Amino acid sequence: MKKEYLKLDRIEGPLIELSDIEDAAYGEVIKIKVEDGEDKTGKVIKIENDRVVVQVFESTSGISVKNSSVSFTGKPFEISLSKDILGRAFNGIGEPIDGGGRIFNKKVYNINGRPINPVARKYPRNYIQTGISSIDALTTLIRGQKLPIFSGNGLSHNELTAQIVKQAKISTDTDEVFAIVFAAIGVRHDDADFFKKSFQESDAFNRVVMYINYADDPIAERITTPRCALTAAEYLAFEENMHILVIMTDITSYCEALREISSAREEVPSRKGYPGYLYSDLASLYERAGMLKDKKGSITLLPILTMPNDDITHPIPDLTGYITEGQIVLGRELYQKNLYPPVNILPSLSRLMKDGIGKGYTREDHPDVANQLFSSYSKVQEIRALSQIIGEEDLSEIDKKYMKLGKEFESKLISQDFNDNRSIEETLDLAWEILSILPTEELDRIDPNLIEKYFLNKDNGNKST
Amino acid sequence: MSNYQGTVIMVNGPVIQGTGMSDFKMREMVMTGNKKLIGEVISIEGEVGIIQVYEETEGLRIGEPIISTGKPLSLKLGPGMIGNMFDGIERPLKKINEMSENFIPEGIGLISIDTEKKWDVKILVKQGETLNSGQIFGEVQETSLISHKLMVPPKIEGEVIRIKENGSYTIEETLAVIKDQKGEEYELKMYQEWPVREPRPVKERMAISKLLRTGQRILDIFFPIAKGGTAAIPGGFGTGKTMTQHQLAKWSDADIIVYVGCGERGNEMTEVLEDFPQLIDPKTDKPIMERTILIANTSNMPVAAREASIYTGITMAEYFRDMGYHVAIMADSTSRWAEALREISGRLEEMPAEEGYPAYLPSRLAEFYERAGYVHTLNEQDGSVTIIGAVSPPGGDFSEPVTENTKRYVNVFLALDRELAYARHFPAINWLNSYSGYVKVLNNWYEENLDENVIKLRAKMLELLYQESKLQEIVMLVGEDVLPDDQRLILEIAKVMRIGFLQQNAFHSEDTYVPLKKQYRMLKTIEHLYNRSYEIVKKGVPISHIKNKKLFNEIMKMKYNIPNENLQGIDDLNDKIDEYYNKLEEKYSEK
Repeated sequence: MKKEYLKLDRIEGPLIELSDIEDAAYGEVIKIKVEDGEDKTGKVIKIENDRVVVQVFESTSGISVKNSSVSFTGKPFEISLSKDILGRAFNGIGEPIDGGGRIFNKKVYNINGRPINPVARKYPRNYIQTGISSIDALTTLIRGQKLPIFSGNGLSHNELTAQIVKQAKISTDTDEVFAIVFAAIGVRHDDADFFKKSFQESDAFNRVVMYINYADDPIAERITTPRCALTAAEYLAFEENMHILVIMTDITSYCEALREISSAREEVPSRKGYPGYLYSDLASLYERAGMLKDKKGSITLLPILTMPNDDITHPIPDLTGYITEGQIVLGRELYQKNLYPPVNILPSLSRLMKDGIGKGYTREDHPDVANQLFSSYSKVQEIRALSQIIGEEDLSEIDKKYMKLGKEFESKLISQDFNDNRSIEETLDLAWEILSILPTEELDRIDPNLIEKYFLNKDNGNKST
Repeated sequence: MSNYQGTVIMVNGPVIQGTGMSDFKMREMVMTGNKKLIGEVISIEGEVGIIQVYEETEGLRIGEPIISTGKPLSLKLGPGMIGNMFDGIERPLKKINEMSENFIPEGIGLISIDTEKKWDVKILVKQGETLNSGQIFGEVQETSLISHKLMVPPKIEGEVIRIKENGSYTIEETLAVIKDQKGEEYELKMYQEWPVREPRPVKERMAISKLLRTGQRILDIFFPIAKGGTAAIPGGFGTGKTMTQHQLAKWSDADIIVYVGCGERGNEMTEVLEDFPQLIDPKTDKPIMERTILIANTSNMPVAAREASIYTGITMAEYFRDMGYHVAIMADSTSRWAEALREISGRLEEMPAEEGYPAYLPSRLAEFYERAGYVHTLNEQDGSVTIIGAVSPPGGDFSEPVTENTKRYVNVFLALDRELAYARHFPAINWLNSYSGYVKVLNNWYEENLDENVIKLRAKMLELLYQESKLQEIVMLVGEDVLPDDQRLILEIAKVMRIGFLQQNAFHSEDTYVPLKKQYRMLKTIEHLYNRSYEIVKKGVPISHIKNKKLFNEIMKMKYNIPNENLQGIDDLNDKIDEYYNKLEEKYSEK
């Protein structure tokens, strides 16, 4: 019954075109049999009368217009999932690459998922302690949040992510199970190995699912890699009630793959040659994070992207920032000062922290302290610029204190050893130690009662009033 | 109504083509494919029509039918909208969630406001009466705050020939029948249908003259928005667009709020759904959810419906305006809407203009913002629609097409600033780049409702802030110490204004909403501080003595420490200022 088509019209990059097709569905999966070659799969991405454009997942090399036969499956792109995926590794289209067998389950899942109904969402409020001061104090991660790491080439984003994986208390309740879904999109082999190794060290290895598309793998699979991973995450979170941390690296490779396919399709480009639907496409990934009212599990999404040329206004970080709930920005300047993790806090932000910190969540003084640190550190930047011009000696007394605060803030609070796991109390106490360099009246963002309670250097405050 | 049928011949994401469509009308709503996906005809050429589909098209095949509905994309406007959340084409998301758990499927069909719920209707007209278009013939208490007026739809009028009595009805029941002069009969129900892309008619547009109070200091005093006016809030990510929009939705003194989440985050809509029922409106003591309509087409929902969501919102706003209400609509974000236009235009392979946006972007923006206004309705009442649109310029660069073109059609421009946001100065509205075109027309309003000197005071204090920015440039080069004392005083006063007045804490119970009276008194107090200290600085008293930390601190904290309802503290503070500077003056004149 199934028809096979024996002639292709055009092959270009990851796309093939066929004509005289009688019945094709948009988004349907096709099988390509190549003479003396491997079978390939593809997906219908455009139908025009009887002509069909197909995006092939594996590489199109070896296909000629005559040597292959194409059949339509009538189904969208689906993968089967079961609890057995934990501890396994797959490629970008959900096939095992760890030597293990296929996953069998009657139930299959469309990797495109469906948008979560905003009415069904639960607003995320529980914070995740990562043990990293810059994140816990200033860009607090909330369970169910999507918080990307904006990095640059060569910066220590992989180490930071590994440390988060190692230390994050995803669930405070010991009964609850957590797992990690790792999607590697166009990554180098050594980066992927680094993550594998750090998962092993975090003794969570049998709770990690990996979907890996190496840098030398076909680019069309980069489009499906994150979707397979998120589908697995949704399954684990909303059917198996687990708390899932999804790590996705590198979004930049994903977007470049999207651009390559778009240009092969001869679409009208928008900014920097990226397709006009880049925003919607990224949203269809990021928005799959979250929590549901009637489900116990959660999906926390930590995408990593390297900003081309460290430019935060480049379309990839720019559109990402508009969709995600904040961003953790790594800075080259701090990295060059040999600080780890080089979190540049001023452009960093966690949109959900306002509802997940403070009394009843972390500690009563947390919101004010965070606010004050942001405000004071931004003042430090102004004073540093000034001291470049007039020299540090000529600064006023108070400005010199700010200079000291800047130094200590970077060396004590931001900087932290890879193995240093700080509790939120330690982090906040450290913050007070640093804030106490300033006289109390400079602390204009903190409630006077809290200053009374936590300020360390009372003499300092009294003298200057 | 005859149903025509066409056939799908092309699918490209949300854009499809059909053939056999020569009987279809432009902008007609159609059902596409076996799943009956809802779409709209956007162009016709001979037999071939192009349709934008409001649902996911995956699985759609060539040869599937396209069925006409005979009417343009329209909304059912009637009781059941307030407090509810809809998608971009007015399908209730709560209902969808009951039908299909947690996720939004395609092919759920055309559902709208609840047709089964019974409402208590009070009929206001009698048999034999002649009704005009827009006339109110009944009312329903929709929430404790809003009385929903049942109006004769525009373009229809006539004599009442049958009428029901007061009682409990569903929206589908006919409440009255009227007969026009030609003898045609019309059934009046609790709802009316109206095409989203057509502005609802009014008797006449009126001049703008009233302030939309927002309780936000930088807006009400410095950059006021008027009822019936237009405003844009542009800003890069993280600068607080959504926060500002939420604050306006919560506290502005409109009767009805329509909040359109257009291509934004799902969690933000959830937050509104969780927060609003608990927030109490200071004017009415009722939860603000009872005056709010939410439209959510989040970024991962189909892109074509995102394009429609803005029109859905504004049509609902106009409908309530026609009842004589003052409505404010927040569109967050209009850039996502423009991008939806661009995406569809790209798939139609239209010739792109600037940055890939279609050439008709400016005219579409104009059409949208022009639907705002203060009007005299068909039923002789005053009503208004105020539009406040967020703009998300790529890279925070205001010179891009959406911001540039929006600027041409709005009167208030509230520029959000990344530097201020980084320093956690919120609302991060930059007072140097923002403007309001309503200051002059609101002068009378301020005089009558607040004080004669509001506009003068505003100008004086803005001037101070402007001087400060110039001085800061010098300070950045040579440090503060070299400035003469009168200029250093300006820096100090500007700091008091930044911290004590411009910054407003949305999470502080006293500061999140501030009544106009207190706003004015606060600014006046800062002016008083400036006047007194300036007099003395001119007499040669050094700045270190003039800047009394305790006093300055107290002024900066008056937003927290002086309760909104009891302004005695402000009088005391003014006395303290006088007392301190009188003493200082005495001390120095003795020398």
